[in-house]
Amino acid sequence: MEIGLNHYLVLSTLLFAIGLIGVMRRKNLLLLFFATEILLNSVNIAFAAISHYYGDLTGQLFVFFVIAIAASEVAVGLGLLIVWHKRHGNIDLDHMSTMKG
Amino acid sequence: MFEAIAFYLFAFLTTVMFFIAVTTTQALHALTALAAGMIFISAFFFILGADFLGAIQIVVYSGAVMALYAFGMMFFDTTRDVKEKNGNKYIVFGLSILAAVLVVVIFAAPMVTNNIVALHPMIEGAGNTQELGMVLFTKYLVPFEVAAVMLLVAMVSGIVLAGKKMDLSLTLMSDAEIIDAKKEQHKKVL
Repeated sequence: MEIGLNHYLVLSTLLFAIGLIGVMRRKNLLLLFFATEILLNSVNIAFAAISHYYGDLTGQLFVFFVIAIAASEVAVGLGLLIVWHKRHGNIDLDHMSTMKG
Repeated sequence: MFEAIAFYLFAFLTTVMFFIAVTTTQALHALTALAAGMIFISAFFFILGADFLGAIQIVVYSGAVMALYAFGMMFFDTTRDVKEKNGNKYIVFGLSILAAVLVVVIFAAPMVTNNIVALHPMIEGAGNTQELGMVLFTKYLVPFEVAAVMLLVAMVSGIVLAGKKMDLSLTLMSDAEIIDAKKEQHKKVL
């Protein structure tokens, strides 16, 4: 019953697949952002697990930077989304396919 | 033994929560499920001995990011059901192939790199936070500063994009002024 590195990698792959399903089937841009958060988190688990089982701190440092990048991505993305919603009244992905400026 | 029980319990809970987050048609349910999943993920960091990251995960993801999403959702119509994409067949096909290749690569990578050597090995007799600080402020100082500048840029851009007309306060204006402001807003949004 020893939990090894492969257990964490399986879990990470499973969560990444769930995130990919979300990216594929979502139309609402806000929920698409949620799916990207799931992708980032699944990768964070894999980094932390490899860091633990190889006795190396680099993985944890990368998780640290990924979290910082995710936080700034949310701030900029939500700002743009609010501006788009004020102008067009919806945040559906299909209406954004044409970039009229 | 307890590690195994904790791992399987939290793996199950995280998977269920994230599955709800990507399949539900209610935006508020998705937000709540995602926040719960974030907290459950921090449990993996604690099991793996990365205490600092577990705390950061709770503070940043469940605290800051989810609160930001909750505030952002006040601008959108969240009571409406979310429509789902019927899907471009080629995109779904391509991403499925990509996911399958990814699974193979993830399981092949540890076998290929069996002779991996720790670049920054764990320091004996230091706590997790101390270890991270020692490496972060020596080897990774420049990326750390760049990340700080990036967060500043994100904050400024968030204020510039979302914070228009925030100098007006509806509680301090008279009724006539509010009506004027509304008319002006209808004329030219933003």
